[in-house]
Amino acid sequence: MSGYRLLPFRFLRFDGARTLVVNETGEYHFLTNGDFARFTRRELPPDSEVFLDLKAKHFLFDSGSLAPFELLATKYRTRKSFLEGFTSLHLFVVSLRCEHSCHYCQVSRVSADRTRYDMTEETARRALDLAFRSPAPHLKIELQGGEPLLNFERVRQIVLEGGARAAREGRQVEFVVTTNLALLDEEMLAFFRERDVFLSTSLDGPEAVHNANRPRPGNDSYARVVANLGRAREVLGHDRVAALMTATRLSLQHAAEIVDEYVARGFSSIFLRPLSPYGFALRTVRTTGYSTREFLDFYVRALERILEVNGQGTFLVETYAQLLLTRMLTPFATGYVDLQSPAGAGIGAVVYNYDGDVYASDESRMLAEMGDSRFRLGNVHRDSYQDLFGGATLRTLVAASVAESIPGCADCAFLPWCGADPVHHYATTGDLVPHVPTSDFHERNFFIIRHLLSLYERDETTRRIFWSWIREEPLAREEVA
Amino acid sequence: MRLHENGRVAGVDRTLVGRVARRPVADAGARADSWLIAEEGALPCDPAGYLGVLAFGEPPAVPGMPLVARLRQLAYLDDGDVVAVDPNGFVRTLYRRASNHNFILVTEQCNSLCLMCSQPPKQLDDFDRLPEHLRLIDLIDPATAELGITGGEPTLFRDGFLALVARCGERLPATALHVLTNGRLFFYRRFAEKLGRIAHPDLVLGIPLYSDVDSQHDWIVQAPGAFEETVLGLQHLDRYGVRVEIRVVLHALSIPRLPRLAAFIARNFPFACHVALMGLEMFGLVHKHLDELWIDPAHYQRELLAASEILCDAGMNVSLYNQQLCVLDRRLWPLARKSISDWKNVYLPECNGCGVMSDCGGFFASGTKIRSAAIRPLAGLPYRAPP
Repeated sequence: MSGYRLLPFRFLRFDGARTLVVNETGEYHFLTNGDFARFTRRELPPDSEVFLDLKAKHFLFDSGSLAPFELLATKYRTRKSFLEGFTSLHLFVVSLRCEHSCHYCQVSRVSADRTRYDMTEETARRALDLAFRSPAPHLKIELQGGEPLLNFERVRQIVLEGGARAAREGRQVEFVVTTNLALLDEEMLAFFRERDVFLSTSLDGPEAVHNANRPRPGNDSYARVVANLGRAREVLGHDRVAALMTATRLSLQHAAEIVDEYVARGFSSIFLRPLSPYGFALRTVRTTGYSTREFLDFYVRALERILEVNGQGTFLVETYAQLLLTRMLTPFATGYVDLQSPAGAGIGAVVYNYDGDVYASDESRMLAEMGDSRFRLGNVHRDSYQDLFGGATLRTLVAASVAESIPGCADCAFLPWCGADPVHHYATTGDLVPHVPTSDFHERNFFIIRHLLSLYERDETTRRIFWSWIREEPLAREEVA
Repeated sequence: MRLHENGRVAGVDRTLVGRVARRPVADAGARADSWLIAEEGALPCDPAGYLGVLAFGEPPAVPGMPLVARLRQLAYLDDGDVVAVDPNGFVRTLYRRASNHNFILVTEQCNSLCLMCSQPPKQLDDFDRLPEHLRLIDLIDPATAELGITGGEPTLFRDGFLALVARCGERLPATALHVLTNGRLFFYRRFAEKLGRIAHPDLVLGIPLYSDVDSQHDWIVQAPGAFEETVLGLQHLDRYGVRVEIRVVLHALSIPRLPRLAAFIARNFPFACHVALMGLEMFGLVHKHLDELWIDPAHYQRELLAASEILCDAGMNVSLYNQQLCVLDRRLWPLARKSISDWKNVYLPECNGCGVMSDCGGFFASGTKIRSAAIRPLAGLPYRAPP
């Protein structure tokens, strides 16, 4: 074979001088615009460094050797291996009730009516049956609300019955309770400790920001979460409690303070999450909402502060950046239901609502609360596993979320690192398939990926910090400035 | 240390492999596998029932049984060591119980001819050695921590190689088995599958990879197509659950793309349990290709540091072999290992008075003439090598 031939790749004019090329398995390389032109015209000299670089990274091949194809195939399989095992995350809405009345919250009710908004014992049992029908070797069962601790009996039932069933079947199951911690008592803690349950809570920042975002009677959400966080860590162990933040319009002005709050509370990760366009969040968009551009500006400032903190020797991972960097810099797969191709709705995660309705995702459930139950897969009392997970609703959703086939995504250089979110696009535009140029999902992910690449190229310290996030391992003392 | 010696022989009509016994052996079955040691004509017990007698100095009177006399060099032999005695009186030490560096040299044939090979292959038919290797495995102390299988290219024995690994798994289940192979034959998926099916409890294959570009690797190992075979072999081995270590020899041909090779390894072989970056052993074919291969290690520290960081960042387990601390970038010291086998390991006159010599890997005894110009004694430092 004389000369060379190209292997599949996508490209982006990254800046005035350089073109970024990314191959089908997410390996990338920066080329000068001149080299890029020579590369595609098949004019690169075979002894040049750039030729050898592109050959080793599988952008071109120049012989009949099987090696590049076999290596690419292995890497492609690895990258898509999140599809193996099917639905592994099962979310149970054990109660829709909550004693908080957060502006951005998605669908909870302040109510004392247990019969109306709590999951029953029988519904929980049927949902567990379905969860254990999943072929996934490791199951994760997340108990959420509303505030799940308002229906602690159900939490207890699901953890006990699920645990017994896993032991019987020789499977692994992990339980997470997503709670605001305000109602946590010693009895609950003792139970969580005994059954090895993880807690996930909300911390939106320093007291003023947190309490403004998360009102409850007495306006004491912050004091309660901080006190009970300490107690929960004492009983369960420091790493058994994680926290998430949601950014409101108010939060945008406090990027550094929010990061510092996470450091002060001793967290090793922070997840900078934008509001989602559902539930009450959409209705209150004028008071709590902001543009994607404003969020990204906040993200950049907060990330800068996080890097600064890491550089000073405190290990703090930004979870979204960690996810994207793992995809960009390693061959490994990352399952994240809101950003994968095909999307994880239904095939990576599924939601069992308090009333037994089954949804492809939490967003699907919120959309239904707003009156559109398009992504309701069925009900635990009426429908079989086959109908729920093999039915037309889920098939349509999966087919519409293969980013490789979405106009505007199919030829985007960032495709191998990105994903699709059909429920989000349906909720915001009425169409499962995004109109990429005007999609906020696209704007956010494209910007963040590009920003992370620029930061990675920027300096040695940032590179070391990013890798430490991927490894989930603090930098050694001598590596910190 | 000499590992073989010619003595005056009687009564040996074929190669006899046995354990060494300085003290009487109680078990009659084990006695038949033992060479009894005589010193200056004196035997520790009646030699009846033993495999034979190895005599240092004057031989005792042992008519009618295998005897090798007038040995001098192998005085270190002790209970549990294993020797082979050939009909011509050649005594070869195959295993020393006190050593941490025992290995079975399976064959001297090889299907590559690496420019820097320290043990150049020989074109001889030594496939008939297999029974001796299997016999040796049966005689090795099961408490041995680690055993090597090396060559030449041991996989050239094909099913014989698989039989060796299987026998090690059966007889020496607590012994870590480390195989040095170029991995090329695992290009054949079925061969990798068969090795995986043996399910040896503690097996690692150390496989060399010298470049991320096929033409460069193929040139270094002097075998067209070797890169493709090794690379696919690595993938096949992982698929069948065989642990692999990747070994890179550092020289003027491998250094320029070393950081890129590190990235290639992290991307394509993240499953490798260990990556060893190894200084040149100045012995064997390397002298024939010195102009092409030699680079003073002091001049490749930048590439070595970059490659090590890429691998460590990716969470891989990295070691530096055959490096001297006085040449090595201080940031790389935690990765340096004392890797040279005890009986090959030396230090130089320049090392006298060096404060870190006890942590330093030193040199191969086989070749110390050509070495870095940066070798010098260092002051003692508070640094301790990690355990």
